[in-house]
Amino acid sequence: MDWLSPAEWSAVTLSLRVAVWATVVSLPLGIFVAYALARWRFPGRQLLNGMVHLPLILPPVVTGYLLLVTLSPTAPLGALLGKFGIVFAFHWTGAALAAGIMAFPLMVRAIRLSMEAVDPRLEQAGATLGAAPIWVFLTVTLPLSLPGILTGAILAFAKAMGEFGATITFVSNIPGQTRTLPSAIYAFLQVPGGESSALRLVAISIVLAMGALVISELLARRLQARMSGT
Amino acid sequence: MMLKVALAHRFGDFALDVAFDAPPGITVLFGRSGSGKSTIVNAIAGLLAPQRGRITLGERVLLDTETRRVVPPHRRKLGVVFQEGRLFPHLTVRQNLSYARWFSRDPAETTEGARIVEMLGIGHLLDRRPAGLSGGEKQRVAIGRSLLARPELILADEPLSSLDDARKAEILPYFERLRDEIQVPILYVSHSAVEVARLATTVIALQDGRIARQGRALEVLGDPMVTPAGVRAAGAVLEAVIVAQHGDGLTELDAGGARLFLPRVPGGTGNRLRVRIPAQDVLLSRAAPEGLSALNILPGTVDQLRQGTGPGVMVSLRTRAGPLLARITRRSAERLELAPGVDVHAVVKTIAIAREDVSAGAPAG
Repeated sequence: MDWLSPAEWSAVTLSLRVAVWATVVSLPLGIFVAYALARWRFPGRQLLNGMVHLPLILPPVVTGYLLLVTLSPTAPLGALLGKFGIVFAFHWTGAALAAGIMAFPLMVRAIRLSMEAVDPRLEQAGATLGAAPIWVFLTVTLPLSLPGILTGAILAFAKAMGEFGATITFVSNIPGQTRTLPSAIYAFLQVPGGESSALRLVAISIVLAMGALVISELLARRLQARMSGT
Repeated sequence: MMLKVALAHRFGDFALDVAFDAPPGITVLFGRSGSGKSTIVNAIAGLLAPQRGRITLGERVLLDTETRRVVPPHRRKLGVVFQEGRLFPHLTVRQNLSYARWFSRDPAETTEGARIVEMLGIGHLLDRRPAGLSGGEKQRVAIGRSLLARPELILADEPLSSLDDARKAEILPYFERLRDEIQVPILYVSHSAVEVARLATTVIALQDGRIARQGRALEVLGDPMVTPAGVRAAGAVLEAVIVAQHGDGLTELDAGGARLFLPRVPGGTGNRLRVRIPAQDVLLSRAAPEGLSALNILPGTVDQLRQGTGPGVMVSLRTRAGPLLARITRRSAERLELAPGVDVHAVVKTIAIAREDVSAGAPAG
């Protein structure tokens, strides 16, 4: 790849790695939280809803700072995790964590909407046919909300690719470790003569975002066709 | 296998308080919307927790609020046929049908599955998805899906009410075959007097959350005090035997010694039928009528009169053919000086075939 410098290339691959990990790891939790919010009535439901949405409303810098305060090696929680070899601060895993948290509200929202659209009477029908609640979830609720899960995952991926404020506050801007696409663009713009590098990365960002959208649209259409067709 | 139900449930202004048994055969829960039918079905299926109640199916206790025993819906072994079918849209017909097998420890054998598919005539639909099926096809698949769960009770919650008359006529025979071929009780919810007349072995008439009357279909439907579907839909049901097919296109029936003539009904001499006579289509006369075009005139005795709030009166008669209902105006009732014990002649304008070949169906006793 000689049309990208090693520094640019490293930013692209790092961003992809961060976004994939952020999406894959948060997806099961996102599905669970979305299901709980859509179907269960429990004390603290509004609180959970608020917590999930917090990163959307807070300034990203604040989210990043809170992560830094709780997970830096000198903080109690950070030190405890460090003993088990889990390090977030100034490490690419920290970038993935920050991106995952910032993307979480979008993911949960999309999945929750599609789960709320699943007719609970179909779930009842599953139960009367002998399916225990977990099987009703796996065979009825989950497949029927697949379009929303897909949308949520793609949205989260795109958001994770572009996360900047919380990431740079939490894990800084270390080349090869935490310098993701947006951080790299920002860094290139700070040095004289960096505009062409920045522009190339901007183009790549646009292509990746559009690509994700197109893929999700195509997949959603195929799922729709399966359910409404013969 | 016998279903025994006792339930009490209250929400808002509505109070449900019922107790009944459903033996093998079709027990129809009959009543208007809002009479509590769906609440009962949901409580039996385990989809609603009643405040007080006890439900047993054979030896199994499904619900007992006294001992706090509540069997969750997926362990109740029921086959529920819902009003709207509720097929899984993301699965093919074949997958819908085999859904229950995935969770059953004792799944229906493939030969039995094939027999059910054949009985319902859905073999050609197996690879399609529910969205591509007609209303009648969907309901047949829904019936098949519930049967393949090998239920110990079938709950059918107004399974025909979302269909037009042609589709209803398409599905009704399948319920008749179910009644005759499988040995599990069927609790069938309906607000249609026609369906009751055609299917019911036992009728439970619900009114405002209470049982107004329960018993054999013919008795309940001939009772003027019970009009769960409203006076307009009231009508008695008689059992009759074909005695002759006449050359002028009429079929002659014998109902308890009384003769009835109907436009040609297919069937050989000796075939048994159920016929339904809407109360609206019965005229009453004190004297034996002469010079009338109507062919069916049944002499009888007034049994009861029921005065509603409107201008109409429901009159029940004892005739040789069985109990009959007539709906006339209050003014007519006064002019004819109708009272229990008075002899009258019932002129029957229309007779509808409610069910053919009852001898193979519900026990007559």
